[in-house]
Amino acid sequence: MTGDITLNRDLFPERPKRRKKVKVRRVIFLVLAFLILLTFAALFLFPTVFTFTNSFMSTTEISANYGKIFTGLGISGDGGHVFIGEKVSLQLIPMKVSLSQYETVLFKSPQYLVKFWNSVIYVVPIVIFQLAVASGAAYAFARMETKFRAFIFFAYIVLMLMPYQVTLVPNYLVLDRLSLIDTRWAIILPGIFSPFAVFILTKFMRRIPKAVVEAAKLDGAGEWTIFWKIFIPLCKGTLYSVAILVFIDYWNMVEQPLVLLRDTELYPLSVFLSKINEGDTGIAFATATIYMIPPVLLFLYSEDYLIEGIAYSASVKG
Amino acid sequence: MVRNFSGQHTSKEEKTEEDISDRSLMNRTADRSEMKRLQRAQQAEDRKLMKRSKRERREIRNTIVFMTPSLLGVLVFFVLPFIAVIVYAFVSDNTNYDFVGFENFAALFENSAFRLALRNTGIFSLISVPLVVIIPLLLGMLLESNIPLKSTFRTIFLSPMIVPAASVILIWQVLFDYHGVVNELVQQFGGTSVEWFKSDYGIIIVVLLFLWKNIGYNMIMFMSALSAIPKDIIEVAMLDGCSSVRRFFSIKLRYLASTISFVTIMSLINSFKVFREVYLLTGDYPYEAMYTLQHFMNNTFGRFDYQKLSSAAIVLSLIMIAIISILLLVDSRVGRGLEE
Repeated sequence: MTGDITLNRDLFPERPKRRKKVKVRRVIFLVLAFLILLTFAALFLFPTVFTFTNSFMSTTEISANYGKIFTGLGISGDGGHVFIGEKVSLQLIPMKVSLSQYETVLFKSPQYLVKFWNSVIYVVPIVIFQLAVASGAAYAFARMETKFRAFIFFAYIVLMLMPYQVTLVPNYLVLDRLSLIDTRWAIILPGIFSPFAVFILTKFMRRIPKAVVEAAKLDGAGEWTIFWKIFIPLCKGTLYSVAILVFIDYWNMVEQPLVLLRDTELYPLSVFLSKINEGDTGIAFATATIYMIPPVLLFLYSEDYLIEGIAYSASVKG
Repeated sequence: MVRNFSGQHTSKEEKTEEDISDRSLMNRTADRSEMKRLQRAQQAEDRKLMKRSKRERREIRNTIVFMTPSLLGVLVFFVLPFIAVIVYAFVSDNTNYDFVGFENFAALFENSAFRLALRNTGIFSLISVPLVVIIPLLLGMLLESNIPLKSTFRTIFLSPMIVPAASVILIWQVLFDYHGVVNELVQQFGGTSVEWFKSDYGIIIVVLLFLWKNIGYNMIMFMSALSAIPKDIIEVAMLDGCSSVRRFFSIKLRYLASTISFVTIMSLINSFKVFREVYLLTGDYPYEAMYTLQHFMNNTFGRFDYQKLSSAAIVLSLIMIAIISILLLVDSRVGRGLEE
């Protein structure tokens, strides 16, 4: 036995050394990779963290730091003198934590909450009805094997990939004809029929084996039963990921309200935020932080679904 | 009959068929009953086939019902009004509807604002698309190489998705204003301050915004493609002493080819959409270098010039359809050999 071992050592004398080399290399690689990733992570996280921490600054501190940039800050509400710093200083941590911005947003000026509520009124029906309409369409796309299907599905893909400025032109024409411009319907109705959810759901449903459908049919199941009792339960995860993606998309919408709404009272907070920017920077930070709460919660609690949804969108094959 | 001898080793069906045809030629009356039986069998088969296609047709009809709400909505809000858009693009005005051919398009291409927007969008896509493909690919590969805290990093890279555009703008202003943080840094390193929003450097800000917003999304697509590469192939290559560079270029890249082409074209499409942030950052009329196609569309919208708007919408959608067709073509061609 001992002879065997010596023989092995004679045959591969460099082996232990090489393994050590590999280990050193791996450590160097890990350190470098970590440095790169940390740099990127800092850059990516910066705006979110910055918005969050700055929302706890008092108005005085905000004007001292950024008064040079946002000239609207020069005039304080009570007409008093406001100190503006000579230089712009980027402060990540407030000198004194203050909740005054939140107090203003939540209790003193109801307009911010009204706009927040506007956003909810737009986004919730869009998510629910887009999913309902889309799951039906996706079911039909998944079950059919005709030329007709291929053509229509291509049209949906084209429509999905068009920039807003193209799709908004036909939208505007129809909504104008129906005299729905400047109403909430102008945002909700086109949103419901957006083809994005159809696209992702079809891709998932087409993976459900034909045998499942055939078996259900042999048991006497009709189309509705197959749809509601088999396809929808199988799609639950995908429905959830699509819901999150659609929610995030419409929660941050800007283009549609700008074109389809004239009454600023109807603006969702995502658009109204940019109006705040011009005057009251501190409040803009606080409002943005509040506005980010729903997507952040969704993000943290269902990140896996979100990632699955993105991975599903990674090809246009029907 | 001779044929029958030689055909003894063929299948039974073939034999009887030939048998029947031969014999029927020779003696019609004797085999009439058998022929009738055969015909009846054939008819039954035909009916069965017809029945199945009828059933299939009914099935298609039933499934179309599921599609109706979506189809109707898309027709009413997108397709039918787009036909109106096409009509508007070829008439002189919306009261007389005089057909003017391609005059509106000619006027559009002579419009200096449109040409500027087209050029700027092109330059922007050319700079940003390669970056928004390569950086996420490298980041995705780093994350897929057994890095600790993988999912934390993934979350961080995706986080720009949820930041509202308006807050992004606020931060970008703090960073890139003339008195802003970036210029401060530039001065500390001995440079002179740059008017980021009002110079040709403006495009850099737009590219950075685009990258920041899209890198996470693309990275997720690359990561899912990377994790789908069969592990055993990589292991075999490693045992064969294949270097990591070679492993990347000869194995991984081939598996990633379809995802890379998909992400590239999707990014190209998305680069046409970068507008939201730039608009909020600089308003309707930004510095020339930042004036994109979307600005042009939005401003034309403001003036309700239906002819200009419609022809621009058609030009833009033709460009998009061309890109999308390439996407579909590439998507069905690339990576086909690997699936088998």
